[in-house]
Order: sequence, then C-alpha cells, then structure tokens
Amino acid sequence: MSTTSQTLRLPSPLPLDGGGELSRVEVAYETYGALNEDRSNAILLCHALTGDQYVASPHPITGKPGWWERMVGPGKPIDTDRFHVICPNVIGSCMGSTGPASEASDGQPYAMRFPVITIRDMVRSAIGLLDALGIETLHAVVGGSMGGMQALSLAANWPERADRVLVIASTSRHSAQNIGFHELGRQAVMADPRWNQGDYYGGEAPDSGLAVARMAAHITYLSEEALTEKFGRNLQDREAKTFGFDADFQVESYLRYQGSGFTQRFDANSYLYITRAMDYFDLAEEHGGKLVNAFAGTQARFCLVSFDSDWLYPTAESRHVVHALNAAGAAVSFVELSAPHGHDSFLLDVPALDRVIGGFLG
Amino acid sequence: MSIRPDLAVIAGHVSPGSRVLDIGCGDGALMMALREKDCDVRGVEIDGDCVERCVSQGLSVVQGDADRDLADYPDKGFDYAVLSQTLQTAARPDRMLDELLRVGTRAFVSFPNFAHWRTRAALMFGGRMPVTRAIPVSWYATQNIHHVTVKDFRELAKEKGARIEREWFFAGERQLGRAGANGRAEFAVFELSR
Repeated sequence: MSTTSQTLRLPSPLPLDGGGELSRVEVAYETYGALNEDRSNAILLCHALTGDQYVASPHPITGKPGWWERMVGPGKPIDTDRFHVICPNVIGSCMGSTGPASEASDGQPYAMRFPVITIRDMVRSAIGLLDALGIETLHAVVGGSMGGMQALSLAANWPERADRVLVIASTSRHSAQNIGFHELGRQAVMADPRWNQGDYYGGEAPDSGLAVARMAAHITYLSEEALTEKFGRNLQDREAKTFGFDADFQVESYLRYQGSGFTQRFDANSYLYITRAMDYFDLAEEHGGKLVNAFAGTQARFCLVSFDSDWLYPTAESRHVVHALNAAGAAVSFVELSAPHGHDSFLLDVPALDRVIGGFLG
Repeated sequence: MSIRPDLAVIAGHVSPGSRVLDIGCGDGALMMALREKDCDVRGVEIDGDCVERCVSQGLSVVQGDADRDLADYPDKGFDYAVLSQTLQTAARPDRMLDELLRVGTRAFVSFPNFAHWRTRAALMFGGRMPVTRAIPVSWYATQNIHHVTVKDFRELAKEKGARIEREWFFAGERQLGRAGANGRAEFAVFELSR
C-alpha cells in the first residue's frame, strides 16, 4: 500500500539511559493513512528486534511484503482509512535510523563506539519524532514482542502521550532464559573472525556468526508443535541420511536458509546492540523495583495479548503486567489466545487476534 | 437485547457513572448494559473465547481466575463488585464474598437457589442430583461445586458481617416476593455492603 518514507533529524541530542547523549540522531519512519485535522488519530507502531519501519510496504532490500501487512491497511484491524499509522525504525537498527553502522562525527562508522542503548532510549527517540510531527496524544501505541516493550515503556514514562496501549506477546522484563538466548546469539557473532571487534564496515561482514545467531533465535520464535508439524523428521531432497553434516533434515535446511537470508538485510552490530537493549529491559527496576509504580495514575486503557504456544514470552509474563495494572487501577484487558505457531503467532494468521485488536482500537 | 433477569436487576440498580467490577462477566452482557449508563466497568472472565468476544466489543476484560486474581485489585477500587451466577463455582465462596466486599463498596451477588422446590423434589422423589432449568448441567459436568440456598447465603452474609441492602427473587423471568423465597425462587440476587 502507499506509504511515505521519511527520515527526521532530531533537533537536539538524545539523552541516554546509559549516560551521555547521542547527537545528530536520525529516525527513519513510514506512515500509512492520513492524519486527521485535530491530530487525534495517530497510532505509533513499534517494531520487534529484527523488524523495521516497513510494516505494510515492501522491504527495500528483500522486496518482501511488509511484516504486518495482514494487520495494517485499509479496512484491516489497524485500519489506515481511519488511523494515521507511524512506524519508526528503532535507534541502534540498520534500516535508516542512527545505529552502529551510521557515521560518527569523525566520518567513520560508529561500530562498537556506538553507545549501549535501552528500550526507553528507543522510545525517547520515537517521542522526539512525535514532537516533530506535532502529535501530542496518540490514539494508541501498539507493539508485539520488543515492540510491546516499547509500548509499555512509553505508557510508563510518557503516560500522557497515549490513550491506548496494546502489548502483544511481550514482557515487562527479560528473563534469564531470554538473556541466555540473546547471549548465545551475540557470542556467535563475536566468535566470527570477520566481526573484528565490530570493525568490519567496508569489508566482509560476520555473516556466518549472524546467521547462527538468527538460527538459534528463530527456534525460540516457533513452538515444538509448529516445527514438528512443518518438518517432522523429514529429509531434505534426499532419500536417506548421508552420514555427513549436510542439511539432511528439512528443519536444518530451513534454519540455514533463514540464517543466511537474515544476513542480507541486517547488520551484525545492530543485532548486538538491540539484543542488549532488550536484555536490559526491566520496567519495574526503572520504577523503584515495583511494576505497579510504573503505571501509577495512568489514564490509558491497556490491552495485553499472549499466545498459549509462546515459550519465549509466555502468558505468565503478560499476567505479571496485568496484575500490576490491576493494582494500579488501570483499565486493562488481557486474553491468552490459542495459536500453534509459538512467539511468531503475533505475525501470523490468528483471526482472534484481528478481532481483539480491531475491538480494542475502537 | 434482552438480558438475563438477574443481570437486568443489577443493571437497573447500579448508579450511573459508577465504577464496577464484573467478576465472571461471561460474554459481557451486563458490562454492555452498564456502559450505556456511563459506568467505568471492568470484567474478569476465565473463558478465553468469552474474553475475546468482550475485548472485540471494546470492553475491558481480563482473562483470569477469580479465585486467585481478585487479590491484585486495590481495596475499594470499585463502587460495585458484581458476582453473577459465579459464587457457586468458587473454590471458597466465603473468601470470595470477603474479596467482593474488599474491592467494592457494595456487592451484587446472584446464584441459583438449590432449595427451590423443583430441586428438592428431584432429589427427594427422583433420588438423583437435580438437573433443572436453573441447574441445567449433570453433577459430573457442572461447574457448580458449592451449591447454595437462599437461607445459606443469608447465613453466610451474617457471618461475614455483610449487610443485605436489597434482595430480589425470580422463578424464570418472573419476579417473586420475599415470602417463601427459599422454596419458591429459582435464583436470587442480593445487594450487600459492609
């Protein structure tokens, strides 16, 4: 669908949770649907770890359809005939917003000189974008997975900026298991000799390491049921096992394909920085150790959705947030939907999710 | 849309603009009626399909287990806590009543009356667990694990120091007087305070 690709240079340096500030910050974003006259119909859509601003328009590198095309568009649950959807690329990423591959003030890429950022820093840059666009109050902030963390962070830190907060398959804190899987991915990248302490721009990128990171992560996005259903123990284009280490099994072939495909569109250093931001995410910690404090006095309406097959951010994590919201007296909806695809269910065909999103956004 | 008589009574007696928690809100029929009265109404429901239907209609409903999840709600966060046709499914109805009167300034409770003459007759003459209009599911499949009578409930309210503000009794759609309610009423609605 029609979109407007733009990049905004934030007018002032961005203060960072880790200390210091980031200057000359650029935020790349797409918009869909028209902003109404009183600027009250904007929805901020926050993308996930390896997502980007191309929600409902073709990816400029892969040419594939937008990652949430089934959800965003005219007449769809996030209806662009009614809403003005803004999706910024997070800082730290590699799709146009300032990240480790961007030029530092010396004209060289930041690489590992890029500061470690947090989820709240990402949201702070999105708030900067909204300020520049003259959008005071959002109709809603919406996100799945890491996008949901941003939505929660916005609700907690800029409570007056969104009337509705929709958080799908997400969490208020990264668990030991979540951090463990991310560390596995980062170590795979850093073990690739081409990574070269992050200084690989202009040369060969650590694609093997990044591909392994993606393969491991991809397993966490699915469920055992989904993998069994899709691949079972089926062999890949062969009659028998080869007694070697080729991709004998379909699942191996699939993961290798996912891994190498990912390296075409994603920067390894961005992967390090964004996974770190997610690991550091603990909304309660930011608010004196009590999650309820994060939402004290909030006037926003919340909706949380989890999936029964999601073991990455299981239902218990959503409930944990819901309990805090109840204790804060917030208007909150929560539903655990049944879907077989694991964490990735939020991106896939789950009609109940469409109904919940459409109903919640009103 | 016509709603169940107990829900109609509750909807009719909640003051406009109140804050209401509907525990076991089902498909949201009462919530919708209360929304018409500009109430700030929240629901708790254990059944995921019901929750999905509610949220799709723009209602604020949390999928959860009332036996466990009410503890999260702050004291007197609501003007009314409503428990319609759910008391008899609670693990501990006595504790549930305490929770209702903790989170709500007032509470509405409705339940099928096990002392209705049809139920008594089924047990007395049939010698079997009653399956009636008000209690339509067989003993092995019913969620009603704590059957209760009008007399029992009055007694429980007294024990709990809850004041019965108002009460309503029904046989089918028909409203009954207070006299002989324990034998004549298929279900009852109580408004409580403490």
